[in-house]
Amino acid sequence: MENKGVMIFAEVTDGKLSPITRELLGAGRKLANDLGEELSAIIAGSGVVSTAAKIAAGVTDKVYVVDDPLLKDYCTEAYAAVVEKVCQIAHPRILLMGHTTIGSDLAPRAAFRMGTAAKTDCIALDIDDMNKQLLVTKPIFGGNALAVFTMETFPQVATIRVKSMTTQAVESTGKGEIIEVALGLDPAAVKTTVLQKVVAENEGVKLEDASVIITGGRGMGGPEGFKQLEELAKLLKGAVGASRPACDNGWVKDIMQIGLTGKIVSPDVYIAVAVSGTTQHLAGCSGARNIIAINKDPDANIFTEARFGVVGDWKKVLPGFEAEVKKLMGK
Amino acid sequence: MKMIVCVKQVLDPEAPPTKFKIDPNAYNVLMPSDAAPVLSPFDEQAVEAALRIKDANGGTISVISLGANLQRDVVKKPLSMGADELILLEDPAYVDGDSWSTGYALAAAIKKLGQFDLIFCGRQAADSDSGQVGAAIAEILGLTQVTVARKVEVMDGKVRVERVTADGYETIEAALPALITVSNELGEPRYATIKGIIEAKRKEPIVWKPGDIGLDTFKIGAAGSRTRMVKVYQPVHVSKCEMVAGANEEDAGKNLAKKMAEARLL
Repeated sequence: MENKGVMIFAEVTDGKLSPITRELLGAGRKLANDLGEELSAIIAGSGVVSTAAKIAAGVTDKVYVVDDPLLKDYCTEAYAAVVEKVCQIAHPRILLMGHTTIGSDLAPRAAFRMGTAAKTDCIALDIDDMNKQLLVTKPIFGGNALAVFTMETFPQVATIRVKSMTTQAVESTGKGEIIEVALGLDPAAVKTTVLQKVVAENEGVKLEDASVIITGGRGMGGPEGFKQLEELAKLLKGAVGASRPACDNGWVKDIMQIGLTGKIVSPDVYIAVAVSGTTQHLAGCSGARNIIAINKDPDANIFTEARFGVVGDWKKVLPGFEAEVKKLMGK
Repeated sequence: MKMIVCVKQVLDPEAPPTKFKIDPNAYNVLMPSDAAPVLSPFDEQAVEAALRIKDANGGTISVISLGANLQRDVVKKPLSMGADELILLEDPAYVDGDSWSTGYALAAAIKKLGQFDLIFCGRQAADSDSGQVGAAIAEILGLTQVTVARKVEVMDGKVRVERVTADGYETIEAALPALITVSNELGEPRYATIKGIIEAKRKEPIVWKPGDIGLDTFKIGAAGSRTRMVKVYQPVHVSKCEMVAGANEEDAGKNLAKKMAEARLL
């Protein structure tokens, strides 16, 4: 059977479509329009998917709903079975997922199970006019190079980087058809149990939502300096982030890591303090509208991405900066 | 515990970005002359995860690496850290594959090794940044997979994994055998000991050619790939950074605040 149409794997949080799902819908809709084919969605979970399915139906042609107690917590085996089952019914040409905790685990496994292949963490998607093949752009070598790939098997599976695509406005016109699919999986096939979920969120503004982020890097030299960054963040109503070395050294919580393997953020203002600016770090913050860099090394890579930069020791630059900010804010 | 760790030799990801060059015609990355290859850092952490279980529960660790021109001092590093044996899938036919064809070859080698309890991989290689070889091995061997681990323990015949999530972590218990991919949150890999280095020098890796593990060359490497690179290029960065100075560093900080206020960034 010929593979046709674009399908997205929707992620649902607290009964609502996650932000990544709106990006997937936006990206999927564009590809579907380019192809002149349908856009559909998979929504899977346990008892919480009906509202989300109605919302997704507003912007898709078909929504495949799989509701099963085995899908209460994410587990690779059950969710791979969902994807396989729905694709056997729908035969999509393209299957998109988010490059998230779930999508990055699920996409390769489900793709290999279906005899096809995936590309992960893609930042651009296009259709080759010549043969209708999906072309994905993906940073490699930590972002030092960009590569364009195609897959020679169907469905062509790709995960997209968080915050890399234009989101789709979700209306609730409900024109899409909702199709319920039974999972029919033997519970014995699931050999994992989620014992606990630990939320280690930072206090105050969430990094993903912050309009101002102050990030400390390797050059902070220890946990002490981060107190100063927190003070500054409070003043600017922002959040504090960290580069990977600062987390790996145990100066701050892992959850604060910004970069390729951490959080991807897109604030209005991103102040990088003593951050050298490896491409792996820039992968997490290059979506910021304005990067401000403070670094004592004039050749630090972070300056290539910055709008304003100060060459100097943060221990001396920051007090002056903070005093002037207070003055300007009338505090 | 019988454990297997898959490791990859890559260009040093810590090398400065300015030294990085690609050859767009060859779909290839040119190695800077002064940058020696290293083990992909997440793979070293995968070795560390296995060593911690060996410390706690006992057992053996077999390390497998696939590629061509594998530098012995690089791929022997896990031995010097405390792994027991090293198997190299070293042949031009293995290279330039995608996640699928690479995983396919590694799975064949693992089958030849026989029974095992745990397989470890890094969460993604520092060059391809793909993070799929673990899933390919797990799918081929029909194993449970748990990805992006920050802690791995074996207790009561099961493996308990703390898996990194967007807002913290979740603890997952899985039956053995299982495949785990390891993230940097696990912590720094241990240093090689002098004794380890000496023992690693003595140990010769076992080299398996495709024929040794029953593989047809059209199923591995570039020939066995399901994906194809159609273009590779280096993004061009034009620096537009306005440097803000001052009479001294504190003064420069003040001027930065003024600049930001002018640009309505405060």
